[in-house]
Amino acid sequence: MNILVCIKRVPLAGGTLILTPDKQDIETKFLGFGISPHEENAVEAGVQLIEQMGGELTLLTLGPSDAEEQLRASLAVGASRAILVETDGQEWDPQGTAAALVEAIKAEERKFDLIIFGAESADSAGYQIHIRVAHALGLPIVTNVKGMRVEGGKVSCDRVVPSGRELYEAPLPSIITVRDGLNIPRYPSVPGRMQARKKPIDMKKAEARVPQLVKLNLEVAPSKSTGAEILGNGVEAVPALVDVLKKIGTI
Amino acid sequence: MILVLVDHDRGELDQLSLRALTAASKLGHDVEAVVIGKDGASLAGIVGEYGAKTLHVAAHADLTDYTPRASGAALAELVGKLKPAAVLSAGSPRGNEQLAHLAAVLDIPMAAECSQITLGTPHVVHRARWAGNLIEEAEVRSELLVASIFAFSTEPESKGGGAAAVVEFTPDLSAEDTLVKVIGRDAGESKGGVTLTDAKVIVSGGRGTGGPEGFAVIEELAGLLGGAVGCSRVVTSSGWRPHAEQVGQTGSKVAPDLYLACGISGAMQHIAGMKNSKTIIAINTDPEAPIFKYADYAIVGDLHQVLPALVTAVKSAQA
Amino acid sequence: MSALPNKAKCVVIGAGIVGNSLLYHLARLGWKDLVQIDKGPLPNPGGSTGHASNFIFPVDHSKEMTAITADSMRQYKELNTFTECGGIEVARTPERMQELARRITSAKSWGVEGGKIVTPAEIKELVPYIEESVIVGGYYQPTVGVVDSLRAGTLMREKAVEMGSAQTFANIEVISMEVEDGRIKAVVTDQGRIEAEYVVIATGCWSPKLAAMAGASIPLTPAVHQMKDIGPVPFFADTKGDIEWPIIRDMDTNMYERQHGTGLEVGSYAHRPILYSPEDIPSNAAAALSPTEFAFTQADFDLQDEHSYELVPSIVGDENVREKYAINGILSLTPDGMPILGETPEVKGLWSCAAVWVKEGPGTGKAVAEWMVLGQSEIDLHASNIARFHEHQKSTFHVKQRCSEGFNKTYGIVHPNEQWSSNRNVRISPFYKQEADLGAVFYETAGWERPFWYESNKDLVAKFGDKVMPRTSEWESRWWSPIINAEHLQMRETAGIVDLSAFALFDVTGPGALALVQKVALRQMDVAIGRVVYTPVLAQNGGFVSDLTIMRLGKNHFRVVTGGAHGMADKKWFSDQLPEDGSAQIVDLTSAYTTVGIWGPNARKIVQACTTTDMSHEAFKFSTCKVIEIGTLRVLASRISYVGDLGWEFYVPIEQGAQLWDHLWESGKNHGLIPVGIGVYGTTGRLEKSYRAYGAELETEYNVLEAGMATPKLKEQEFIGKAAHLKHREEKPVAMLVTLTVDDHTSKSGEKRYMMGKEPILTLDGGPVVDAHGRRSYVTSAGSVPSIGKHALMSYLPTELAVEGAKFLVEYLGEQYPCTVAVVGATPLFDSSNERILS
Repeated sequence: MNILVCIKRVPLAGGTLILTPDKQDIETKFLGFGISPHEENAVEAGVQLIEQMGGELTLLTLGPSDAEEQLRASLAVGASRAILVETDGQEWDPQGTAAALVEAIKAEERKFDLIIFGAESADSAGYQIHIRVAHALGLPIVTNVKGMRVEGGKVSCDRVVPSGRELYEAPLPSIITVRDGLNIPRYPSVPGRMQARKKPIDMKKAEARVPQLVKLNLEVAPSKSTGAEILGNGVEAVPALVDVLKKIGTI
Repeated sequence: MILVLVDHDRGELDQLSLRALTAASKLGHDVEAVVIGKDGASLAGIVGEYGAKTLHVAAHADLTDYTPRASGAALAELVGKLKPAAVLSAGSPRGNEQLAHLAAVLDIPMAAECSQITLGTPHVVHRARWAGNLIEEAEVRSELLVASIFAFSTEPESKGGGAAAVVEFTPDLSAEDTLVKVIGRDAGESKGGVTLTDAKVIVSGGRGTGGPEGFAVIEELAGLLGGAVGCSRVVTSSGWRPHAEQVGQTGSKVAPDLYLACGISGAMQHIAGMKNSKTIIAINTDPEAPIFKYADYAIVGDLHQVLPALVTAVKSAQA
Repeated sequence: MSALPNKAKCVVIGAGIVGNSLLYHLARLGWKDLVQIDKGPLPNPGGSTGHASNFIFPVDHSKEMTAITADSMRQYKELNTFTECGGIEVARTPERMQELARRITSAKSWGVEGGKIVTPAEIKELVPYIEESVIVGGYYQPTVGVVDSLRAGTLMREKAVEMGSAQTFANIEVISMEVEDGRIKAVVTDQGRIEAEYVVIATGCWSPKLAAMAGASIPLTPAVHQMKDIGPVPFFADTKGDIEWPIIRDMDTNMYERQHGTGLEVGSYAHRPILYSPEDIPSNAAAALSPTEFAFTQADFDLQDEHSYELVPSIVGDENVREKYAINGILSLTPDGMPILGETPEVKGLWSCAAVWVKEGPGTGKAVAEWMVLGQSEIDLHASNIARFHEHQKSTFHVKQRCSEGFNKTYGIVHPNEQWSSNRNVRISPFYKQEADLGAVFYETAGWERPFWYESNKDLVAKFGDKVMPRTSEWESRWWSPIINAEHLQMRETAGIVDLSAFALFDVTGPGALALVQKVALRQMDVAIGRVVYTPVLAQNGGFVSDLTIMRLGKNHFRVVTGGAHGMADKKWFSDQLPEDGSAQIVDLTSAYTTVGIWGPNARKIVQACTTTDMSHEAFKFSTCKVIEIGTLRVLASRISYVGDLGWEFYVPIEQGAQLWDHLWESGKNHGLIPVGIGVYGTTGRLEKSYRAYGAELETEYNVLEAGMATPKLKEQEFIGKAAHLKHREEKPVAMLVTLTVDDHTSKSGEKRYMMGKEPILTLDGGPVVDAHGRRSYVTSAGSVPSIGKHALMSYLPTELAVEGAKFLVEYLGEQYPCTVAVVGATPLFDSSNERILS
C-alpha cells in the first residue's frame, strides 16, 4: 500500500498560553514542538498498515523548514519518507494550505491508496483542510474515524457518536481523518531515531496565496481565575463537600 | 437572510443546533433553517420556536442517514437558490464537516467555531482555537459567510415562535456525493446508561487513580449521583479506561452541572474539555495542581481516602 | 499558612536543595527569624533540583569540590535519601585510562576510598548489558550513589520550621531589592516587603536576575543538559528498587547511562553548548513542563544516540525499548566551573549560594551557613568565593564564552595547566608588544595575558642540556616547555626581567589605615615608612585567607600587592574591615600601575646603569621600597624576591610601562638580561626557595605553625585570627610543611614521569599518610628545581614523619615513585642562607 499521512508542526503548550506582543501568535520561546494529538494516531495507523500489508508510508507537511524535526520524529516510528513543503513561516489560511497540499500530492509519481489526516489540528481548529483536499483530488473522505480496517480494496471505518458507533465504508483510494483512541501511538526507539536520520525528505517550496480567512489578532480566552474555595484536607473535607453537593442540587 | 443547518439523526435533533439558531437570530436578519433528510421535517416545531420562519428539507432517497458530502452539495444548491448572507451550523464534528463540504464545493472560506459574528464586507468573526483557550479575531473575505458556532458561546433561547413553514426540495446529487454514508450502527464501546455529553454529573479520574482498580469507587460515586464516568488522556493512553470516557481536547468536550475531577492535575488539553462545566470540584494531593485554578471547590487530599468517605456520606444523605 | 512577615533576620530566596539545606543549617547554628520564599510551589518549585539526575560520583580533581561532595553524601545518608549503587567511569581510549588513573590519584589525595581500575571483563560482570569491546577499561567506585534531592530538601526545610526558626512561603515572587548605604535593606515581593539583615540568593539559574535587582552580580548562565529516559527494558523487568545497577559514565563521549526502575536514563554533556539567559526561563505558568525543563531537541542528541547504542546495544538497540521522557534540563554553569558562594562584593548582607549542583547541595548549605553565622566555613571555599571575579569576568560575554568552551569539558580530560582559548587578550600589559616580539607564550590570569616562557630563549635549552630536565611524556610536556627551566638557569647566572602586570594593587589610606592593615595582617605593620612587609592574612581559625605584600608608603598610606587570581577576594577581605567612621579608604590601583621585576646576580648592575639612585645593598636594603628615577620616570622600586635572587619590583603608571621596560631591556643587554616567564616566577624559582603559595600550601585548613611561617615574636596588636594563632603557637603542630624531592622518576615502562601536583604521598608500603586531624598528605605544589637538578614536591606531613631524609612514595597516574624529605619547614632548597637575596 502507498499511504500518505499529513501532519502539522504545532507548539506543545503548557498550562497557559502566552501571546507574542503583536498578538499574532502564541509565544513559543519556551515551548517545544510536536504534531497534533490526533495526528500521532494517524501516523501510528499508517505504520500499522504498512507493517501488516507492506508498502510505503509517506509523510507530508506544510510549514517552516524547522518542521523537519516533526518529520524525523514520525520517520523514527516507522514512516518511510517525507515531503516538506516549505512556507514563508506565516500561518496560511485553510484554502491556501489545502491548495499547497494538493499541489504536492499531485506532483508525486506515487498514487496514494490512502491519505490520512488527524481529525483536527491542536492550534488552528479549522475543520476543513482534509475536506478541501478530498474535493480537489476527487476522493471520498471519512472523518473522525476511531476504528479502521483495510481489505478488499476498501476501508471500513467506525465513527463514535453519542449513541454508540456508526460504520462507514469507502473504496480506495480514499481519505480518512482519525481521532485519538484509534490506537495507542508508539514512541520512537533509539534505533528508530538513527534510521530516521537516513530516510529521505523531499524539500519543496510553495507560494502563499491571497488569504480569504485573515487573522487579525489573537486573545487568550478568559477563564475562571478566582481560584477554588478550599473545602479542606483529606476526609475531613467530606462533610463540606456533601453540603456543596446539596447546595447545587446534586443530592 | 441567515440559513442555519440544523443537524439531526433520523429526526432526533442535535441540541447544539439550537444554539446556532439562537446565534443566527441575533444577527438582525431573518433566519431560515435547513435539515438534510426527510426525517428532519419533524423538527419544524422546535426550529420555529428558536427563531426560524422556514425549514428547508433536503429530501432525497439517499439521505436517510448522515451523508456529509451530500449535505454539502444540497446546501450549495440551496444557497444558490436562496442567496443567504450566511450559512451557519453548530460547531459540532458533524456541523463543521457539512459546512466544510459546502465551502469546498463553493471554494469559499469557512470560519469554524465562531463565538461572535459581525456581518459586513468583510465579515468579522471571533473564533475559538486551541480548543477554546484562544480567541482569534478574523476577517472572512467572501460574500457568503460560512461559519459554525462555538458550542459554549451561546445559550439556546426560545423565541416562542410557531412552527416553521416546511419547504421541501430534492437536491441534485451525484453518485460521488452519496458514496460515503452510514452503513451500519452499533453500541460500540458505550455501555448504555448516561453518556458523557448528556450527563448532568461527571465523576472523572486521572493519573492519581493509580490504575484501573482506582476507578471502582469513581464508578460507584457516579452511579450514586446519576452521572457518568470520565477520565483524562493519560488514563486512556495507559489503557486503564475506554477512550469513549476521555474528556478533553482529544476526547469529549462536556459541560455538565457538576464535574468532579479526582486525581487530575489539569493539563490544558483536559481543561479545554471541561472548563465550561457549571460547577467544578477538584480533589488532588498537590495543592498547586493547575486544576485548582479552574475549580470552584477544592479538596487537598488523596482520592483513595476522600472518595470512599464521600460515597458513604452521599449514601447516608440520600437515605 | 501565616502571613508573610515584614521583618526577618535573613531571607533565603529559593527552595531547591541549596536553599533548603542552607535554611536548615542556619537554623541549626542558632539563627532564628528566618524566612524562605520561592516563586514556585512546594515541594518542587520548578528549578533544577526538580529534574536533576541526582547521582553522585564522589571524586573530583578539586579538593574543595570533593570535600563538599563528601559532606553532602554524608548528609544525604543521614536523611535516608541516599542509595548506594556504585559507578563506573569507562574509557574508550588509552588517554582516558591515564585520566582515570589520575582520578584515582585524586581520590587517594582527598581520602575517597574504594576506587579501583577495572578491566572490560570486570565491567561486564558489574553491568552485563554493556558492550565491552568498545571500552579499554574503567574506574569502579563502589560508593557512588543516587540521592532523592527533593525529599532531602523537604526534610531539611521541615526541620528548620520545626525548630521554630524558619517560616516558608511558596508562590511568592521577588520584585525588587532595597539597598541602603551599600547594605541590603529589604526584599520586595509581589505579596509584601520583608526587611532583612541578610538575604541569600539560592535561586540557581535565576540568580543573576535577582542579584541584578540589588546591583550585584552572580556571573552564571543557564545551560542545557540533555537527558532521555528509555524503557521498559526487559533486562530490568525484575528489578525491585528504583536504583539497583551501577551508573555508567561513558567519559569519552561525555555521557552517562543509568538504570532507573525499568528504564535506562541516558544523559549527555556532549551536545553543542545551549545557553540561555535567566530572562529566558519561563514562569511556572508559561512552562510546558517545569520552568527548567525545556523541550528536548533531538537533533542535538543524534550523535549521542549512536554513542549510547555503541556502549549499551542490548538495551539502546532494542527496537521495543522506547523513549519515555526526554528533556533539555536547565542547570547553571559558571565561567570557571566552580560554584558562586559568599557575600556579594557589591552589597553587604547580600549572599550568593548559586551554581551548586545536587551532589554539592547539602554540603554547600552547611558551609555557607557556617560562613554566615561563624565567619568562616570548616571546608575552605576560596575557589567558590563570589569575590573572586574581576569586573570583566562578570560580563555576560565572558560568562557565555567560557561556559560554551567549558561545557563539553564536563567529563573532559582537563590538564592542570590547560588554558582557555575564548575571550582572551582582555587585559594587556604595556609591554605586550615587546614580549610578543620575543616569542612570549601567553597564559592567562585574571584576564591578563602573561608570558609563561619566551621562544627567544630556546637556544638556552641546548646550552643547559640535561639540566633543563627534558620531558618525554606527552602529558607533562603539554602546557610546558624546557625553555622554562632554561630561563631559570640563565636567570641564576645573569638576570631575568619578569612581567608582573597581573598583580592586584590597592592602597589603604587615611588616619585609620594603620589600624586596618594591623587588623588584617599577621605581621607587624607599624613599621618605618619605606618598609615592605610580606605577611600572611589569617581567618578567625588561624588558617590562611591570603598571603601578600604590604608597602608602607606614608604614615597613613599602605599599598597592598597581591596575586591577580586572588586579588579581588583580598580586596573584599580588606574592605570588609573598613571602619564605620570612614577614617580609612581603599582604592584599587590594579589598572593604574604596572609592575616589572628584575632578578638575578646582575640585577643591581642593570638597574644601577639606568638610574642615578644608589642601588647598593647598603643604600637599598632588602624589604624596603623607595622612588627611584629611571630616565624621566619616577619609579617605585621594592627590593623583594619570590624567585630567590637579588632584585626589585618596579611600579610605574601603566602608560609609562613600555618605556620602563625599554630602559631596563637596553641596560640589561650588556649584562645578559633575558626575559623570564611566569613558569619560573610561579613554579621553579618559587619551589627552589620553598615559598608557599596561597591556594596550594596556604588555605584555612592549615595554620601558620604548620606552614612553618611563624615568627619568633608575635606583634602585640590585635589582628583577625590572633586568638587561634596564639593557641596554635602553644601547641605542637600536628603537621609540618616540607619539601621533598623525587628520587627516581622512571616508570614501569621506562619513561621518566614528573608529578604535577595534588598527588597522594604514601608510606613505603603504599598506605595513606594521615595526620592527627585526619588530613591526608598530598602534593600541594610540584615542579622542577633546576638549580638542584631535581623535581620538588611540597606537602604537609604528620609532624613525627616530617624529618629530613625520611622516605615516602608519591603516586602518579597509577604508579608509585620514591621520594625523600629534603627540607622541613620554610628552609629553602636552594641558597638556604638567602645570600643571593640579602647581599
